[in-house]
Amino acid sequence: MFAGSGAGCFLEHTAYDAGVPGSVQSIERAASVLRVLSAAGGPQQLGCVAETLGLAKSTTHGILRTLVGVGFVEHQAESGSYRLSGAMAHLAPETIDVNELRSRAMNWVDALAARTRLGCRLVVLESGPAAAVGHAVVAHEVFSWHDGRQVLDVGAPVPLHATASGKVLLAFDPRGDEILQRVPLEQLTFRTRTERRQLGVDVGAVRQNGYAVEQSESQVGVAALAAPVRSLGGITVAALAVSGPVEQVVDTVGRPRTRLLGQLVDVAAAVSRAVCADRA
Amino acid sequence: MDKYVLSIDQGTTSTRAVLFDREGRLAGLAQHEHRQSFPRPGWVEHDAAQIWRNTARVLREALADAGLQQEQVAAIGIANQRETCLLWDRATGEPQSPAIVWQDTRTEQYVEELLEDPGEEFFRARCGIPPATYFTAPKLRWLLERSPSLRERGERGDVIFGTMESWLIWNLTGGADGGVHVTDVTNASRTMLMNLRDVAWDAELLSFFGIPEPMLPEIVPSGGVSWPARVVLPGVPIAGVLGDQQAALFGQTCFDAGEAKCTYGTGAFLLLNTGAEVVRSDRGMLTTVAYQVGDGPASYALEGSIAVAGSLVQWFRDRLGLIRTAPEIETLARTVEDNGGCYVVPAFAGLFAPYWRPEARGIIAGLTSYVTKGHLARAVLEATAWQTLDVVDAMNADSGIPLQQLKVDGGMTADNLLMQSIADILDVPVVRPMVSETVSLGSAYMAGLTVGYWPDLQGLRRNWHRAGQWNPGMESGERERQHIMWRAAVERTLNWPHGE
Repeated sequence: MFAGSGAGCFLEHTAYDAGVPGSVQSIERAASVLRVLSAAGGPQQLGCVAETLGLAKSTTHGILRTLVGVGFVEHQAESGSYRLSGAMAHLAPETIDVNELRSRAMNWVDALAARTRLGCRLVVLESGPAAAVGHAVVAHEVFSWHDGRQVLDVGAPVPLHATASGKVLLAFDPRGDEILQRVPLEQLTFRTRTERRQLGVDVGAVRQNGYAVEQSESQVGVAALAAPVRSLGGITVAALAVSGPVEQVVDTVGRPRTRLLGQLVDVAAAVSRAVCADRA
Repeated sequence: MDKYVLSIDQGTTSTRAVLFDREGRLAGLAQHEHRQSFPRPGWVEHDAAQIWRNTARVLREALADAGLQQEQVAAIGIANQRETCLLWDRATGEPQSPAIVWQDTRTEQYVEELLEDPGEEFFRARCGIPPATYFTAPKLRWLLERSPSLRERGERGDVIFGTMESWLIWNLTGGADGGVHVTDVTNASRTMLMNLRDVAWDAELLSFFGIPEPMLPEIVPSGGVSWPARVVLPGVPIAGVLGDQQAALFGQTCFDAGEAKCTYGTGAFLLLNTGAEVVRSDRGMLTTVAYQVGDGPASYALEGSIAVAGSLVQWFRDRLGLIRTAPEIETLARTVEDNGGCYVVPAFAGLFAPYWRPEARGIIAGLTSYVTKGHLARAVLEATAWQTLDVVDAMNADSGIPLQQLKVDGGMTADNLLMQSIADILDVPVVRPMVSETVSLGSAYMAGLTVGYWPDLQGLRRNWHRAGQWNPGMESGERERQHIMWRAAVERTLNWPHGE
């Protein structure tokens, strides 16, 4: 069950392509492309759409071209960008009810916590008409083995700029770029990113690697790793994070511990599959 | 090579095999559902042969899922749906009846007669439980009454009887070719045929129900004894056997008097370990055996069952259509601050513990034009918490040991608002363990203890880790006020007229 991908290629995003048996994968992906364009607000470049969904550029290009062909997407030749055509202008974003997410993910997240002995959390961006854009909260939490706390943090706000889960959401949520421009950069520790450009570099690295690392940026002495949880077609709906004392999470030069990262990625994939199952 | 313990969880809707490592963590799992048969209204049956085939399959599939060899299985533990029973032929191994399930109510008429004469007390004094359609003896008697030839063959010992763990052990140890015919104390304590203090078949009860003794399995302790499997996993010892709720109590490491667990699923089952003392309940709790290890004294428990917990949420989803999925009850409930003055008492098929009023029917009370579906959703969740309080209050009074904290498990523990409500209403901390598969874990623990894979109970306690906790946060005046309202709502479900 926990074979672990080790230091394997996290760019191999097909690991997240859970899909539903009997469904047509290319249509699921096309639907996600449409949702990404809808959420983005303005025209998007090919590379950006590809990175958000964790698909290869060539695959994404094929989907976009077909969508242009059927009239759902418009391509601007000069800028090379894509946007929804008038017909698709009012597509709703893909969300999963946070309590539904917890119910599907719980057994897996429990198992990750048991195996790693570290605290685990699922973090989501709040959605719905009353939600402020760019506000993230804890959707589910499991205590670490040695946690002396008495109360779960479920529902508590999560600073997007200073946590691994926050950076995963900034990197992969369709509205990530927009939020990145607006998110408040409160200084929590001496290592917190308070410069927007620097945060942008971090987020770029998360898109490249497929995971985020954070060390002492929200709490001194605490480090965390996070990976995206994806729904049908690749849209990121949550971030799964493990956190604990720095030396248990990263090595002496700040790289994630290989085995831990492998376990995290495996469980994020398992939770993604659980989220995609039977979404009737 | 690393070794593991394998647990069979033979449940009402499916059979699972689960593998655990030395730290009590899940290493592999396989599951197959079986057919639910409803030949007539109120009748519920399973096909025991299908269940045995599924068991053999999941044993193999769990090992494959975990990538393990048979040599790596240190022991097999069995947990089963209680009370469900069947008859089978000793020589051929073929079932001679369907498996009559615990939910089946074909014996309702007979049970009502028993309550009239000789009355509840006759039974409770001997076996600890009152007549109810749940329990095995009325079902067994029904089968024998229908077929004189079955009774004759039973008297000769050619046809034998068992609950589901007996059936599985018999088949695993060779079946018609030398299969061992046993039942564990926790399952025997649900038959209405076992004397609770002696932990042995009660001659008077056997005679009362007309059950031929040669049909009966030997009563054995839950742990401390074992039999080697002879098929599927030949040589691996079957070393721990428990009814499912008792397995969950054990898996939650409730080893001392005063420790309790509640499993929240379709219904809810609260069990309180009462130690070596047989606590008699005057408030509608069932007295049952918690477990017995080897020659040691049996540990007893009080059990309170709540018929409608998760099934109320399912009703809200499927029959009212106000939510799309069960977990969304929490989303809807959180759109409001409280229940808006309304209370739901889900007496769908009467009230169970602690009231035992079969004539009662469900009610939504306290409605005003202010109430919204959000308030109803809140009331739906709180109904489970209030029913839990009713059971806990009864148990505290029966046992004299006030509950200090409640360990919970089952699917509904994903609902944070429900867990918080339970903590608020019970006024004790609610804790959830890291392994939610407490039924499987309990039988694995018992089997592992027997073969020395785990050293002792203390070692098992070290495996219990807290995944989440909810602390009471309701002001006591508010709790009392709402408690009065709840009791008023419950009262209005009683004496519901039955015109039919």
